[in-house]
Amino acid sequence: MTRFIERHPVWALIVIIAVAVLLWLVFAIWPPGLEAAVGRKRVFLNAILNGITLGGLYFLVASGFTLIFGLMRNVNLAHGSLYLFGGYIGYAISTWTGSWILSFIVAFIGVALLGVLLQIVVFRRMEGQDLRQTMVTIGLSIVFADLMLWVFGGDFYQVQTPSWLIGPVPLPLITAVKSSGEPVYLQYPLVRLVIFVASVVIGIAMWLALNRTRIGMIVRAGVDDRDILAATGVRIQLVFVLVFALGAGLAGIAGVVGGTFQSLSPGEDTRFLLASLVVVIVGGMGSIPGAALGAVIIGLAEQLGSVYIPTYAIVVTFLIMVLVLALRPQGLLARR
Amino acid sequence: MLKGSVGLIALGSLLLSGTAFAQEKIKVGVTATLEGTYTVLGEDGIRGFQTALNVLGKKVGDKELEFVIASTDATPDSAVRAVRKLIEQDKVQILLSPLSGDEGIAVKNFAKTHPELTFVNAASGAQETTYVDPSPNFFRYNMDGAQWQVGLGKYAYETKGYRKIATVGEDYSFIYTQVFGLVLEFCGAGGQVTNRQWVPLGTKDFASVIAALPDDVDAIYLGLGGADAVNFLNQYQQAGGKAHLMGGSIMIDQTILSSKGNAKNALIGTIAASGQADTWEDPGWQKFVKDYQDSFPPNKRFPSPSLLATNYYGSTMALILGLRQVNGDLSNNQAKLKDALAKIEIDAPNGKIKLDSNRQAIGTNFVTEVVDDGKGALFSKVVKVIPNVNQTLGYDPAVFAKIGLPSRTVPECKKY
Repeated sequence: MTRFIERHPVWALIVIIAVAVLLWLVFAIWPPGLEAAVGRKRVFLNAILNGITLGGLYFLVASGFTLIFGLMRNVNLAHGSLYLFGGYIGYAISTWTGSWILSFIVAFIGVALLGVLLQIVVFRRMEGQDLRQTMVTIGLSIVFADLMLWVFGGDFYQVQTPSWLIGPVPLPLITAVKSSGEPVYLQYPLVRLVIFVASVVIGIAMWLALNRTRIGMIVRAGVDDRDILAATGVRIQLVFVLVFALGAGLAGIAGVVGGTFQSLSPGEDTRFLLASLVVVIVGGMGSIPGAALGAVIIGLAEQLGSVYIPTYAIVVTFLIMVLVLALRPQGLLARR
Repeated sequence: MLKGSVGLIALGSLLLSGTAFAQEKIKVGVTATLEGTYTVLGEDGIRGFQTALNVLGKKVGDKELEFVIASTDATPDSAVRAVRKLIEQDKVQILLSPLSGDEGIAVKNFAKTHPELTFVNAASGAQETTYVDPSPNFFRYNMDGAQWQVGLGKYAYETKGYRKIATVGEDYSFIYTQVFGLVLEFCGAGGQVTNRQWVPLGTKDFASVIAALPDDVDAIYLGLGGADAVNFLNQYQQAGGKAHLMGGSIMIDQTILSSKGNAKNALIGTIAASGQADTWEDPGWQKFVKDYQDSFPPNKRFPSPSLLATNYYGSTMALILGLRQVNGDLSNNQAKLKDALAKIEIDAPNGKIKLDSNRQAIGTNFVTEVVDDGKGALFSKVVKVIPNVNQTLGYDPAVFAKIGLPSRTVPECKKY
């Protein structure tokens, strides 16, 4: 942090000013002139919060994707299918048992097992052949998409939100002041907050696991140089299987999350594959903090875009990706 | 070498026998949105099409109809690609296409490059398709989006007492046409449309759009369809939204009313208008509902056909009846068939349909209200039936032309 300030004083100043302006926009009561110019504060606050919570969902999908890529150099283009499959499992479990929490656990285990199967049956056979693996994952994603269309049809599925999560809660953020002087607090959907907190918890847990445990150390070593790691006697294949299972399981959990606050249908697989590709390209392939930063940036860009420049909202995300590729092709937080 | 020439001869004779065989058949290409946001709509459209084949049969005189189905994703280029493939690769002679608004405009323009073929619109409802520079070989037996909104504006203003409304719609031609029809009538009656929000087709996260909805309106009009509509309702419920709702023709439709989950319950009591009403008592409609239900097992269909099923049924019916009138004669660039199609009047399930000089349907429209049948299934209940709705919505054609083409901001909210 201090090193960054020393090396780039101008950039650091710009960042500090931007953060200060943002904080002021969030916490201050907007003067009428500002409301007239950019619209109501409620809309702005909602867009910010929506962007961050949507970023939470993108992070869940993209972290698995980036983890698998980081260790195995395997661009798993079937990652979107794992997401959708997890969502469908979650839907089936939650309608069958009525338990929302259980649907997460089963989706995680189910999709992780599928990941293990994929790694052992398919990817182990073509290790080190990046292009071939990528092609195979494209093929698999098409096969999975058709299989799921066959079983679940083209219908829209929604994982039932548990009754204690339905509806909005007031947040301690003032959106406006009534003429009587009484402040109006922001109302925000509880389910999105819970999901966001959960993804932060998962993110921190992953960071701790990678940086503070033995397994994490092995994985990090594998990211740096897997040949040397294998030569030291670590059973690298086992590590690959574990990481693939974790990455796939995270996609499964994300599927349930997506099914809860959006919906599941054919085509969602490619949408989330694309989203996680953009997220990891912006954040840096293989970097977990990068995935988190990329997810929040893309989430915010989508939501602020849909409110303030609806016509060009779709372009904004890709514009960000183009900018990152042009200025910092390795991604914002990549190490090399 | 010898082997090669034997192979060629074999191939040649196969092709010859193929053409000899093809004379007995009439090939029809069908497209539907079997991918993307409108998947569910496309699937039910195909169900309507199959119901029509079950009821009417595939025979035309001594010829048999053969169908090739291609998938699109509601974008104009996917529709043109599918239609081109059907014509060039599958050699179809007649097209039953497409489903969605933007696709319709593109396919109509494409139809001009194949004046020898016949195009029957399957379900698309953008106004421009038949109103601006129509193609002489493109026939549309369903009404457009504006015709499908006739009656809603007056009902909202006079009976429901709504004075100010805001609209949210998908950003493409069909929804422009729907909002066009609504705004003309609602503002004509004296109402105000304060805000029109447009979202890209395929939007998943509506939370910010919902937050930006104005508070000071009597009702919010939703012009969404397919996955977009379900996502909107889900997030609207989570945000605790409680405004009165009004719905477009693919919003208040079985594709949404029978989606899984309870978000759709936000729609109970919503008023809408469409080319059909689920509970209409007309015997022709009831027979169609029964035919539809008998054609598919209950878990492979909706409780009642959607607007798309009805449109595909009507278009298929018009095509088959037209072909039968000319006994399957496709000679002279299908001139006889085109003549017959332009003049034919069909007894569609949703009322009598005839074509105007632009080959655009004049038909019956329905104002509806969503009700719960007591067992958790939602249906649109008929409130008002309006026969003989034409494309200029009863306006003098000269006045209508001055309003302009449907877009994000047209028409203005005033009395024309």
